[in-house]
Amino acid sequence: MRQWSDFTSTPDGAGGQTVSLSGPLLVSSIGRIDRGLRGIDGPVSAIDLSQVSAIDTAGAWIAWRTAHLHGAKIVGASAEARRLIAAVGAEGKDVEVEPERLPTVQRVFDSIGDYVVGAGHGVIAFLGFVGAMLIGIGSLIRHPGRFRIKALVRQMELVGVSALGIIGLMSFLVGIVIAQQGAVQLKQFGAEIYTINLTGRLSFRELGVLMTAIMVAGRSGSAFAAQIGTMKLTEEVDAMRTIGVSPVEALVIPRVLACTFMMILLGFYASLCAILGGATISTLTLEIPFFTFLTRIQEVVPLHDLWVGLIKAPVFGAIVALAGCYQGMQVQGNSEEVGLRTTIAVVQAIFAVIVLDAFFAVFFSEVGWG
Amino acid sequence: MSNPDFPIVVENVCNAFGEHVIHEDLSLKVERGEILGVVGGSGTGKSVLMRSIIGLQVPEAGRIEVLGDEITAARDDDDIDIRSRWGVLFQGGALFSTLTVSENVEVPLKEFYPELGDDLRGEIARFKVKLSGLPPEAAAKYPSELSGGMRKRAGLARALALDPELLFLDEPTAGLDPIGAAAFDQLILELQETLGLTVFLITHDLDTLYEICDRVAVLADKRVIAVDTIPNLLKLDHPWIQEYFNGPRGRAAQAAQNRARAAHKAALAKAMDKRANTGD
Repeated sequence: MRQWSDFTSTPDGAGGQTVSLSGPLLVSSIGRIDRGLRGIDGPVSAIDLSQVSAIDTAGAWIAWRTAHLHGAKIVGASAEARRLIAAVGAEGKDVEVEPERLPTVQRVFDSIGDYVVGAGHGVIAFLGFVGAMLIGIGSLIRHPGRFRIKALVRQMELVGVSALGIIGLMSFLVGIVIAQQGAVQLKQFGAEIYTINLTGRLSFRELGVLMTAIMVAGRSGSAFAAQIGTMKLTEEVDAMRTIGVSPVEALVIPRVLACTFMMILLGFYASLCAILGGATISTLTLEIPFFTFLTRIQEVVPLHDLWVGLIKAPVFGAIVALAGCYQGMQVQGNSEEVGLRTTIAVVQAIFAVIVLDAFFAVFFSEVGWG
Repeated sequence: MSNPDFPIVVENVCNAFGEHVIHEDLSLKVERGEILGVVGGSGTGKSVLMRSIIGLQVPEAGRIEVLGDEITAARDDDDIDIRSRWGVLFQGGALFSTLTVSENVEVPLKEFYPELGDDLRGEIARFKVKLSGLPPEAAAKYPSELSGGMRKRAGLARALALDPELLFLDEPTAGLDPIGAAAFDQLILELQETLGLTVFLITHDLDTLYEICDRVAVLADKRVIAVDTIPNLLKLDHPWIQEYFNGPRGRAAQAAQNRARAAHKAALAKAMDKRANTGD
């Protein structure tokens, strides 16, 4: 059972009052008397601590604060209490200083302003980052010996090879869904055979690459941001600079190149997996034999559909990698920032990929690759 | 049962990471109200010992008793209910990076004593920040905005938030400039005297050892080979102790302390003379 401290106040006959504190005056026991002590009004001439059984700095603080506020003197304090009160009093002078807080309305405008200015700086910083990367690539072309082939291969493995399983499965399932749902609609016109056109063209042109880009943004874009961000926090990036290793050359370029190149392969691979999924479901439910499905794909999918996918893939890959590396390099301060920047990297990458995809769709139909 | 004279009792503790044995049959008693310095070469398990005492690392064998509670008998974290009676300062400060300094100090207050009002909690936090030798503006800053030395002081403020009886310090002066380190030593000494703390202090800093430690425990050969005052330790002829205290740095620290003592004595003598001359 916890023992709480208590206080009573008695008039001292001269217009003032004596506040007597009793019980243990500890951080664990003063919680209930604080409000009461703050509420005392009228002159207080003395604070009596003779009934106090134990005291710590928090207890000394409220005794000192009350005395200080009313200009009262402290009586009956034990030697320990006197020592603590002296220590607290010496530090207590400007403790009341609260950091300034703006009024709510002003804070709203404040944060909107911060956001706008931040966005403006962000654009400039991103351009600077892309510029630094281009300079890096330029100097690598002049000094090919500095190129980090090992880092590139390692990143290719992480971005590409390790993703084969999940991307294959995802695309296979998407292929099944398209073929199955398409068939249900096309059956109404008796045109189930066009399921093959639908699955084949959609996989190569759109879904293979788009779904892969989203998956790579989630898997690798976030990893880039978190890795580089943590390296920034632990000053590894600064250490690199002092040794003369350019972080752009060592960290950014291998990741961007790996991601750009592997996206081409992964996008193509994803399209094939989607077609296999479509073929499987067609065999099972539409009575289109598996190999007939594949042969028909070759006849109905024009070659330029493949090119559409293959042209989009490296662009998406570069965007995902750039967003990840850029956000990673922007990390400073604390660990919360790493999480925040990682989220931003993924969101921005997926958003930019979808916007560009819409742009590409219009562009390719305009040039006659519809 | 609780032993009032020894807030920390470590008996026959063994710690090992896989094959690698850190402590074997280690025993140590810390006396109430003392500042115990713990020294030992790198890798002798000073931090592991501290982690074992505060329940972060479960020893393979042995018994550890802190303030009468058997830490080694605790099955999980909830079993250790003496946490409000100790404060720990980790090497890097270990401040919560998403909270301001004053919010950091408020965390233990909020955790253990939710009935404290917001105003009072804020006041306690701010005077603890000042008590730790930080300027009042520092209370509203985030740890990333502070220098290394200020972060340690902020960590100390958090460790002191609940007026603990026991204070654990892991290399408090490592990485501080000599002036900052000396100031930190003085701060610990003052706080120990004012608040009546028992301090368990891991350090490599010989100046700290000479300046503020009442006794020094030496970790070597997987156990505590000696616990004593520095002059007594110097009489032992263990090679590591001799090398440690009588190496160039050890002698420099000793000389510095002798100089300080001599200066103090001279000042005292001067004052006495003055008094004698004026006839008081």
